[in-house]
Amino acid sequence: MERPFAITLGVGSSLANHTGSWRVEHPEYVHRMPPCNAACPAGENIQNWLYIAEDGSYEPAWQELIKENPFPAIMGRVCYHPCENVCNRGELDEAVGINSIERFLGDYAIEHGWRIPGPTSESGFKVLVVGAGPAGLSAAYHLRRSGHAVVIKDATHAPGGMMRYGIPKYRLPREILDAEIDRIAGMGVQFQLNTRVEDVHDEMDSFDAVFLAIGAQLSKRAYIPAGESAKILDAISVLSDVENGTPPSLGRRVVIYGGGNTAMDVARTAKRLGADEAIIVYRRTRDKAPANDVEVTEALEEGILIKWLSTVSNMDGEKLTVEKMELDERGFPQPTGEFEDLEADSLILALGQEVDFSLLGNSADLDVTNGTIAVDRAMMTSHPGIFAGGDMVFADRTVTTSIGHGKKAARNIDAWLRGSDFKSSEEKVPVTIDELNTWYYTDAPHVISEKLEAARRVQDFSEIVKGLDESTALYEARRCMSCGNCFECDNCFGVCPDNAIKRLGPGLGYEIDLDYCKGCGICVSECPASALQMFPDA
Amino acid sequence: MTPTPLKFYQIGSFAVGNRLVTADERSNQSDPERTNALTSGHRACQGCGEALGARYALDMAMRATNDQIIAVNATGCLEVFSTPYPESSWRIAWLHSLFGNAPAVASGVAAALRAKGKTDIRVVGQGGDGASVDIGFGALSGMFERNDDVLYICYDNEAYMNTGVQRSGATPPAARTATTQAVGETPGNVFGQGKFLPRIAMAHEIPYVATASISDLRDLEAKVLRAMEFRGARYLHIFVPCPLGWGSASCDTIKIARLATQSGLFPLFEAVNGELITSTPIRKKVQVEEYLKLQGRYAHLFSPTRRDDVIANLQRIADRNIDRYNLMGAE
Repeated sequence: MERPFAITLGVGSSLANHTGSWRVEHPEYVHRMPPCNAACPAGENIQNWLYIAEDGSYEPAWQELIKENPFPAIMGRVCYHPCENVCNRGELDEAVGINSIERFLGDYAIEHGWRIPGPTSESGFKVLVVGAGPAGLSAAYHLRRSGHAVVIKDATHAPGGMMRYGIPKYRLPREILDAEIDRIAGMGVQFQLNTRVEDVHDEMDSFDAVFLAIGAQLSKRAYIPAGESAKILDAISVLSDVENGTPPSLGRRVVIYGGGNTAMDVARTAKRLGADEAIIVYRRTRDKAPANDVEVTEALEEGILIKWLSTVSNMDGEKLTVEKMELDERGFPQPTGEFEDLEADSLILALGQEVDFSLLGNSADLDVTNGTIAVDRAMMTSHPGIFAGGDMVFADRTVTTSIGHGKKAARNIDAWLRGSDFKSSEEKVPVTIDELNTWYYTDAPHVISEKLEAARRVQDFSEIVKGLDESTALYEARRCMSCGNCFECDNCFGVCPDNAIKRLGPGLGYEIDLDYCKGCGICVSECPASALQMFPDA
Repeated sequence: MTPTPLKFYQIGSFAVGNRLVTADERSNQSDPERTNALTSGHRACQGCGEALGARYALDMAMRATNDQIIAVNATGCLEVFSTPYPESSWRIAWLHSLFGNAPAVASGVAAALRAKGKTDIRVVGQGGDGASVDIGFGALSGMFERNDDVLYICYDNEAYMNTGVQRSGATPPAARTATTQAVGETPGNVFGQGKFLPRIAMAHEIPYVATASISDLRDLEAKVLRAMEFRGARYLHIFVPCPLGWGSASCDTIKIARLATQSGLFPLFEAVNGELITSTPIRKKVQVEEYLKLQGRYAHLFSPTRRDDVIANLQRIADRNIDRYNLMGAE
């Protein structure tokens, strides 16, 4: 070919020069554990459903959510959201309001009548679930999704367990509870209500496996010397009587003994039943009380008085004697000998609950230790094929933990029935704030769900925390920093000095062109979400 | 020039892209069809800030001119690593002559285009700080005073990197280079020397002068776009860290550039006809030490004995910039 004077070589592109050969390490896209997911007792993939919701794809986001938990609308109201406590965004401004977005998705699903189809094929196995509380319903749901025939038996006349008989309406409206439970019935799960299981072992003849989740409804007692006219009730009975439409008469001044969530719930319920004064007596301090902080705060906002460091020593007629306590150096409350009288029309004991093992009938071969039933890592009891979960086993007694138990048991039951082993995904270390490049996130404070004004809310049982509307839910979802997972911000694609990253298109992520990647690591440093890591070249 | 904040909050306007916004609200670099004026296979070191700066600026200039652009390059890293004969990484019309004459050649190309009536074709001159601040300074000043229709871009990595990290007129005080060793009473480059070319360019009262950094892509792209709206001499000074010459980790290139702007050591601003019109406010203020300690060229300020006096003098330079360019965004 003719070339100009003194030109001996034709022009070529530098693309012929594969600079990837300089490299000793290379970046790879990774999926790491976001702290919210790691903290969720129900094992939700929160980061992922938030990611899907961020562009307004609410139905796919809801579908992703219910893979793990069938009750987003309930969760959005009653879960104490441990996810938000560990949210990395909390280190930057305020935690993402995961709970309120979950509620938004749950309510949106109810409003739009989204259903969950039954399984496409039946496994032929039959499983009995004893108890229609959160653990039992969650197990039934997951078992049904896996194709098993599921029967739930419950001794009460309506399903929901403590979600119905323990959590007051002002926190969980019953139409929400019913709507999410109906969806499970719609998948073909059979409910047999008003049916007490007398002996689990008899049921093993008609079922291939059993999941026990009868909860803990037996109120703990404390010995309190009391005159005959003293009116002493237990919290669980009060709450379930209210639910059954036969509220007890409590009088104008009600004292509640205990410092857990049930104590808060029953005190708030007493106010709504017309008590002028509801006083909680608890033997330790606020920071040592088992009640969730949200509940304590809301109770105080509603005008409930709490006497910390106090015990009830006796009750006679309308006179209640309270002894002051002090914490010793180990943090245990010790009596001081100082007494105080309170006027009380009734005293409600909220000192915790125990499992009523008499409900199990002949269950001598089930290993019961310290008032809970022993299960192995697969949630199976000492009897093969009988699994247990929820408040019956040793764990945090919250709705979300129970839902997590139900899921875990269902996955293990499924594996056991099919003769395989369920392997839970390996534990991954959650991403910390230091691993994120927070420069790229815009400052945006948390949207707080509007609360009914305290004075108005104690008048009735209407719901107190209002949900987010679509625009605020979307804003809140987009505050997620997507810890440890790519959210397609294009930073890696933009910051590579060697154009060695290809953008594959929306939802498809990126690809690293190892022919040209020199391994500088800028993409890893500038990834906001820590979704890229360097690995040595082989 | 500050880009308008987007109404979506997750990453706002700071990241390269954002899947939640329409394509026209994303940066030019997030476009999968971006022109890649400087393509793969170039021989810049790992983590080269200059390669990044050149692609950012020229891709945007190509977009602004519908690809009708000619670049004239001075000698230096950018020329050497992109175009070892007969290979080239440039995907635009590109011309190299000498170390010191790029502004003059660019003026000539602009004159030729005017003579041929091809005014839709625009000219960019470019070089490192050695070529712009020192060796080609006379030619550049001439290009400015004649108001030739050229956008001249200086990629400032604060020394002669290609020839082995020798001091230039843009090397900052206290920095170690091959010719300003970290020895004696005042180790590294001396205080009170050197020059800041953007202010000299402003003194020529040319239509447009701006500074930019590879750590603020949106700001950089907005300034290139703005520069291409003017006719006449324009000057853009882009801060581009050099891992080799600065003794920094290759993965920290953008981080260091960001710390330079956030400490105030490198101010981001725009001037029209010699008047300062906007400055980009500091978003998360840091002390200069944060910037210095990531770089081997300042290692002598921290060991064997810590030189608080020198660090304080550098902090004074940053503080003066913050005042002078109103970098904290005070009214």
